[in-house]
Amino acid sequence: MKIIVCAKQVPDTNEVKIDPVKGTLIRDGVPSILNPDDANALEAALEIKDKYPDTTVTIVSMGPPQANYMLRECLAMGADDAYLLSSRAFGGADTCATSTTIAAGIRKIGKYDIIFAGRQAIDGDTAQVGPQTAQRLGIPSVTYVQKIREIKKGSVVVERALEDGYEVIEVKTPCLLTAIKELNEPRYMTVGQIEEAYKKPIATWSEVDVNLAPEDCGLKASPTQVFKSFTPPPKGKGEMLQGTVPEMAAALIAKLTEKHVIK
Amino acid sequence: MIFSEKHELVRKLARDFAEKELTKDILDQIEETGEYPKELLEKLGKAGFFGIKTPLKYGGQGSDMLSYVLVMEELARASAVTTIWVSAPNSLGGGPLMLAGTPEQLEKYLTPVATGEKIMAFGLTEPNAGSDAGGTTSTAVRDGDYWILNGRKTFITTAPVADWCIIYAKTDRTQKGSRGISAFIMDMKLPGVSVGKSEHKMGIIGCPTSDIIMEDVRVHKDDMLGEEGKGFSNAMKTLDIGRIGVASMSIGVAQGALDESIRYAKERKQFGRRLADFQAISFMIADMATKLQAAKELVYRAAQLKDTNSPEAGTAASMAKYYATETCNEIAAKAVQIHGGYGYIREYKVERIYRDCRVFTIFEGTSQVQQMVIAGNLLK
Repeated sequence: MKIIVCAKQVPDTNEVKIDPVKGTLIRDGVPSILNPDDANALEAALEIKDKYPDTTVTIVSMGPPQANYMLRECLAMGADDAYLLSSRAFGGADTCATSTTIAAGIRKIGKYDIIFAGRQAIDGDTAQVGPQTAQRLGIPSVTYVQKIREIKKGSVVVERALEDGYEVIEVKTPCLLTAIKELNEPRYMTVGQIEEAYKKPIATWSEVDVNLAPEDCGLKASPTQVFKSFTPPPKGKGEMLQGTVPEMAAALIAKLTEKHVIK
Repeated sequence: MIFSEKHELVRKLARDFAEKELTKDILDQIEETGEYPKELLEKLGKAGFFGIKTPLKYGGQGSDMLSYVLVMEELARASAVTTIWVSAPNSLGGGPLMLAGTPEQLEKYLTPVATGEKIMAFGLTEPNAGSDAGGTTSTAVRDGDYWILNGRKTFITTAPVADWCIIYAKTDRTQKGSRGISAFIMDMKLPGVSVGKSEHKMGIIGCPTSDIIMEDVRVHKDDMLGEEGKGFSNAMKTLDIGRIGVASMSIGVAQGALDESIRYAKERKQFGRRLADFQAISFMIADMATKLQAAKELVYRAAQLKDTNSPEAGTAASMAKYYATETCNEIAAKAVQIHGGYGYIREYKVERIYRDCRVFTIFEGTSQVQQMVIAGNLLK
């Protein structure tokens, strides 16, 4: 079986702050990490590889050259090979342009049975790139996968998490599945696999390598653009009303009327 | 020192492992029961921590001394006893084999040690031969295809749970001092082998230490390690490398003490101010951090010299062990001082750190032995 895992290097948002004046993320000095949901996606692929040893697990990512470090981490967890889509032309991409690029990269990699992606990245929180990539590749996708029940010939049976339960879905392969953290516990790297990871080549592909025109990539191909990022101002302290219930009710009505909430 | 990306990733692995696995609850439980959880040992093995420098073909990870140092440092930052379990197969257990083992011995003994399936102890110290390891009185007498071992080893780490032990014994009693000593791989289940009761130690709770008593133990000649009479040199070379391990524990434990001190100094208020706002305390922390950084550089340098097979590696290892262990004790003492009465209470991590690191200036060559080595190399 051939599995592709989409991974993204993200700033560790536990440590990230927003510049209140410029409205942009302050990325200086913030460590970059493998997106947590993507680690679950990779673990899902590696668990299949544990069960069926002839499986290969290939990582694909779009990002700046520094993302190589994250790809080495994926290799050190047990992935077989990795590709980085990196070019100036890819800069400023929204989810629409990103999925175009990722899909082009996957087409170039070739045949696959399952693509795993994380549900969403902790920096953008859109949860769009996975399903969009499936759309562009013309394959079915199942999002919010919390359990893989069975790998069959030509299909997989998975549980898709809902707000108050889950649904069991059988989906034909090739397909794309997005992983949530409930799916598994990502494994550690091993010292030996770190050694091996640095002996493997990681190919870097530009738009030319994946047969995309510059106008199909990055900012130019992004219908949405971030206007402003900001931290919502903290809510003011609530006011506790005193007195008997009828007194408090009267005071509440007076307040709401005063603020034109009710008439 | 500036690390390669590869070494940064090794550090990240060990740090992630320590954060997730070596939690306060687990460490308190080890301290309480004296038992190190089996599942935790299995996880350490799975991450490859038991055979960091061991070649791939013997079940190891094929990495280097610097990786070993970084793993030890990051694990020690959370738990000193964990690094004793990690150092045993990498250093004192696996070391003598890697230095002198035949391919058959490596296959048979090194592979299971590097994967964590089996435990190999290191039996050098005797009741009357500590720093003076040449004073070994255990004996091995040839009898056909066997050697008959007699004697007593003391303070042997992991002895009560070990599968095998490297034993250093006198094979030629006509030779004086360190000469005429040979090394053997002894199966701990052989008739005539017994272990003493586990010692009640001040610290490093969760890894048992005891005597090993040998009464007419028959060890096959194939289990002699290295050449006859070359045992002492094998032991000394093993310790040369092992010293970097203790030095790396020390910088990790000291970092743990500094972390705790910084956190406490920012939280604790006295006289209406945070401890951190008192110059006496803040200067103590400045001193701790500066000396710790100096110690780290010595340890990383020793590891790099070892990785490049430099002739200076031995002296560098002794300097690193000497300075890092003494500094660690100084930092731990200051950490307790900053914590005041709370630092004397079991619930606080610095209490354990203070007890754990006391042995660092003693085992695998006391500070005074390191001074002898350093001075000896300078003045020869």
